[in-house]
Amino acid sequence: MLKKIVILLFITCIACFNTVFAAESGGMPQLNPEFWISQIFWLIITFGILFIVLTKVILPKISDNLETRKSQILENIEIADRQKEESQKKIDEYEKIILDSKVKAKNYFNDAREKILDDINKKRTALEKDLDEEIGGVEKELSDLKNKSGEKINKIAAETSAELIKELIGEEVNSSSIAAIVEDQSKINKERKDV
Amino acid sequence: MASNPMYQFNVYRIGPEIKLGSVDISFTNASLFMVISSLAILIIFNLGAKKKTLIPDKLQLLSELSYSFVAKMISDTAGSKAKPYFSFIFSLFMFVLFCNMFGMIPYAFTVTSHIIVTFVLAAFIFVGVTIIGFIKHGLGYLKLFVPSGVPMVLLPLIVVIEIISYLSRPISLSVRLFANMMAGHTMMKVFGGFVISLGIVGGWLPLSFSVALTGLEILVAFLQAYVFAILTCIYLNDALNLHH
Repeated sequence: MLKKIVILLFITCIACFNTVFAAESGGMPQLNPEFWISQIFWLIITFGILFIVLTKVILPKISDNLETRKSQILENIEIADRQKEESQKKIDEYEKIILDSKVKAKNYFNDAREKILDDINKKRTALEKDLDEEIGGVEKELSDLKNKSGEKINKIAAETSAELIKELIGEEVNSSSIAAIVEDQSKINKERKDV
Repeated sequence: MASNPMYQFNVYRIGPEIKLGSVDISFTNASLFMVISSLAILIIFNLGAKKKTLIPDKLQLLSELSYSFVAKMISDTAGSKAKPYFSFIFSLFMFVLFCNMFGMIPYAFTVTSHIIVTFVLAAFIFVGVTIIGFIKHGLGYLKLFVPSGVPMVLLPLIVVIEIISYLSRPISLSVRLFANMMAGHTMMKVFGGFVISLGIVGGWLPLSFSVALTGLEILVAFLQAYVFAILTCIYLNDALNLHH
């Protein structure tokens, strides 16, 4: 295998030398000035046209494209940022509104509650006052009645006993003495009742 | 003579002989490939620049990527002052690149493998850069040959070296491209010839070499175009921003 490779390399070297010598005998076409002027002439024409067309027509278009893309992207980013800000603002606003409305609702509730409680209290106190007044009036009436009834009874009793005595003995008795007697009697009765 | 590896570099007349006075400016195969390369560039980039969509299609993407590639190359090496020369460097890069790449097609002619073509380009760049330098800086451009911080004793020597290196720029620029293209194509031709001469038994080794060389040459074709353009940018940078 190694032998084969060595032989191959040897052959390669010989072939290489052969071709190189052949090349040398031909010389370099690059150094043949026959078509130099033609090459320079056509180089100037082709490169010149290429340069002019690229400069005047194509490159401005490409740079325009790049610029517009850049500006468009920047613009879009700006718009997106602005919209983000706006939406953030709106979210803040919304949250504020919700918070406000919650506070308001609470206030309304509290107000209503206080009002109702006030009302209830007022009505209750008024009612109690009325009741107290009425009860007081009734009690006074009752006590009046109680006090007066004794006197009235005594009076009636005195009158009746005066009439009775008049009928019985046909004589006018001093009313004051009769009243005193009735009073004594009623006192005794009262004491008896109390016992 | 078809087996001669230098045969592919022969220039021959296509069509009638055209004479301007006593000068022969006939249309040759070299001219043909110059025209083909230029037309290809114009067609591809025109199609790429035609549509103005937000999301580019393939050709548009290609042209826009090339545009930004060259623009970045220029701004990296020569700064923002070199912007007016963008279209020239773009055309130069594309022309050299397309000529190199068309040369990679079998039986095609490589325009840039001719010293006269690369030398004319390089000389034009040299003259242009020198004129720009003198316009921008006046006689102060000569300070380019006097590096700062050099001891007085060494100064004459350094100035001579700087002048020689400056004057050899067009030669080095043109020879670099021409020699690379010629050497690569010669080598491919030589190895291609070996495939035939060694036949079915021994031809596989040079064939595989040939395949590998094709890949390498495509790389070199791009790289040399890039080097040509970037050296132009560097020379332009010297002329625009006098640093020394």
